[in-house]
Amino acid sequence: MTLLGVEQLDARHGLLQAVRGVTLEVAAGETLALIGANGAGKTTLLRTIAGAHKPAAGRILFDGADVTAVPAYARLRTGIALVPEGRRLFAGMTVKENLMVAGAHGRPGPWNIDAVIEAFPLLAGKLNRRAGNLSGGEQQATAIGRALMTNPKLLLLDEVSLGLAPIAVEAVYRSLTALMAEGATIVLVEQDIGRALGVATRLACMLEGRIILQGNAKDLSREQVTEAYFGLQRAQRAKS
Amino acid sequence: MSTIPGFVVERWTRLSAGTSVMVAVVLTVLAFGPLLFDANIVDRFTTLFIYVILAVMWNALAGYAGLVSVGQQAFFGLGAYFAIQLSYHGISVYPALVLGALIAGIISLPVSLLMLRLRSGEFAIGMWVVAELAHLLVNLDDLVQGETGISLIALNAYSADNRRAYNYWMALGAMVILLALVFALLRGRLGASVQAIRDDEDAAQSVGVRVLASKRIIFFLAAFGCALAGALWLATSITFQPKTYFGIQWTAYMIFMVLVGGLGTFEGPILGAVIFFLIEYFFGETGVWYLIGLGAAAVAFALFLPRGLWGTVEDSLGIRLLPVGYRLRMLGSDADARPPPD
Amino acid sequence: MIWVTQLLNGTLLGGYYALLACGLSFMFGVMRIINLAHGDLAILSACLVFLIADATGISPFVAVIAVLPVMAVIGWALQRWMLERSLRAGVLVPLLTTFGLAIFIENGLFEYFGADTRSLAPYIGDFAFDSFWIGGDVYVGSLAALIFAVAVLLLGGLRLFLDYTPLGRAIRATAEDADTAELVGINARAVYAIAAAIAVASAGLAGVFLAMRETFSPYSGPMQLIFAFEAVVIGGIGSLSGTLIGGIVLGVAQTFGAQIDPKGFLIAGHVVFLVVLAGRLTLNAIRARGGVQRLFARRP
Repeated sequence: MTLLGVEQLDARHGLLQAVRGVTLEVAAGETLALIGANGAGKTTLLRTIAGAHKPAAGRILFDGADVTAVPAYARLRTGIALVPEGRRLFAGMTVKENLMVAGAHGRPGPWNIDAVIEAFPLLAGKLNRRAGNLSGGEQQATAIGRALMTNPKLLLLDEVSLGLAPIAVEAVYRSLTALMAEGATIVLVEQDIGRALGVATRLACMLEGRIILQGNAKDLSREQVTEAYFGLQRAQRAKS
Repeated sequence: MSTIPGFVVERWTRLSAGTSVMVAVVLTVLAFGPLLFDANIVDRFTTLFIYVILAVMWNALAGYAGLVSVGQQAFFGLGAYFAIQLSYHGISVYPALVLGALIAGIISLPVSLLMLRLRSGEFAIGMWVVAELAHLLVNLDDLVQGETGISLIALNAYSADNRRAYNYWMALGAMVILLALVFALLRGRLGASVQAIRDDEDAAQSVGVRVLASKRIIFFLAAFGCALAGALWLATSITFQPKTYFGIQWTAYMIFMVLVGGLGTFEGPILGAVIFFLIEYFFGETGVWYLIGLGAAAVAFALFLPRGLWGTVEDSLGIRLLPVGYRLRMLGSDADARPPPD
Repeated sequence: MIWVTQLLNGTLLGGYYALLACGLSFMFGVMRIINLAHGDLAILSACLVFLIADATGISPFVAVIAVLPVMAVIGWALQRWMLERSLRAGVLVPLLTTFGLAIFIENGLFEYFGADTRSLAPYIGDFAFDSFWIGGDVYVGSLAALIFAVAVLLLGGLRLFLDYTPLGRAIRATAEDADTAELVGINARAVYAIAAAIAVASAGLAGVFLAMRETFSPYSGPMQLIFAFEAVVIGGIGSLSGTLIGGIVLGVAQTFGAQIDPKGFLIAGHVVFLVVLAGRLTLNAIRARGGVQRLFARRP
């Protein structure tokens, strides 16, 4: 069952066209990895899906409804939650307050503070710590936990490994894998191709705003993906 | 690496050359004002010239350097105050006006040491505090006799006609010189620096623009200009009452003129001054109604027509009357490229 | 002994300044807008209460209960129709629009009320002059003490509201990062409007107390704005407790200044403000350069 449908989406970033004619679908329970170099348009795409960015053209369908014109805060209540690039925690507020504020404005459901601590044990005992004083890994856990507090149907993760030590990345992905096992629907932006191929069921590669490669993770070879990532196919076609 | 072919950078267009000629003609006619016009009209023109000075100075600060000051009346008042002080100490009246303005301008330099380090909102009100403090300190001077004020009696040495003519010529001269200064600065390196600062201060700093120094020059110029306007106002009204000269209404006038005329354009403030002058001429007698209108107009323009009348015309027609910016002309086509936005 | 009384008076005056500055500080903290019409809005509220008290004979303390919601609605409308647009247009535009609004309000009030100064003191009877005895030969004005108490309650209440209620947390989150606040389900526009309502209502409260303490005229607004701003800056922008301290410092400076010379009241306040401002900027510069010695070192 298709949970998210994106049709011919165009989005601008100032004068630059960041997303060009993107069409994709995500089925319930899937994990879609979105990869691509910096500036490929991945963050803009995620933000547009979440409603933080207004599309210039195209449609976004979620859970059977057209949410293209729905503002971000209302879209959250339909079940789309974004963990933004760079975590973007409310640094002046405590971990607990960050979680509470999201919980107060999200959908009803099983997620609460205790559940978040269970999913991210490294946060245990840090609830009253100021979010700005946490380590990178703890901040990422809080950011994901904050999104989970809203009981989303679709979780969008933008570069969760950015700026984290490898050990912290491991911890984050362990928790994510547990979430996936429970049937969560996730779209995740990841620069590390190997890791993306490891956790995802499907993969899409973006280059200069377009999706140039899409498919099931197990059907795609690492070489194919790498080529697409760097746009080598296009270069080769141009040469011949 | 070869230069990119196909275009040429120029500063003058036919339109701007034509306009410059017209400006020269108008100024020449104006120079003969006291000989050509009625006494009444000469007085009104003098007032108009002072308004233009104020508008151009405030625009230089806010529109080019990005500094919104709600306290330029500090210098307006100080210019008049020092002019009176100098006159009472024996200096000839008309030189005293210029020197007084210069002293006020120099005072702006230490003030700028503190003020220019403030962010926009703090700078705005900070300047207002400076104006209030200047007002209070001037009131302490026995010469001024508190709010009663004092007259520039040295002016009585001149006949009313001569006084009128001298005031007119001084105001005209001041206006032309200040306009020319602003024009030259804008065409030069400082103009580019200052507009870069206005658009993105950090980016400007990263390409080597000396942000603080550039702002300080504009701050000094605006202080001196407003002070000169104050001194000129003193010459026309003869009396100096601190409350009038240090009043916030001067800022209200400046903001109105620049917002309506066109913030950040060269011609805009001049247009705004003319409009303000006309409004004051026709509606000044209605008491505060026209102030209410000014306030409402400022809000409306800031929200809905932020480029002001002239700026909007410039943007939609793609023209520049006076050659302040740069134009990119693609070779081999008749159509000129649109000028870069200011 | 006179200095002790003056210290006390200055502190109580500081309470009024803190009350006045609260709204300005709050609006800046949440929306990064300095509302140049803040003082005039306070005077507007005083005028409204005056109208009610004058026409109906109701005590201003009761009339204020009706006027505060009106001020809150004005704040809400201001945000929705003017400040929101101003913010989007750039960082300078809110200064221009709030200034235009200030001119509009002042002169509008003048048009309606004329130039006469008025006061609410006659309408609160003896309370305006009552004082109570503290000890020694020190007396404290009842009204001044009440204003101080209200200021502490308001600032404290606001702090508790922000720290312990869901709406308060939503406001803090939006103030920090409105974009991300939207991503966690907070309607930032609504939050801003509520914050503006609170800010303007508190300005209104301060205005009514000003009218009780002394006389006011349609053009009293700008001076109040300057006092509020000075209190906020002295105490440190963005801190509610700082606003109280800033108000007290300003009040004490002014009172001591007046003790030295009647004309010294305002001058002392402005001078202390500038000195604190300069001091803070210098400290920041020193900290940024890594210490006093480095401050004078040549830039690499």
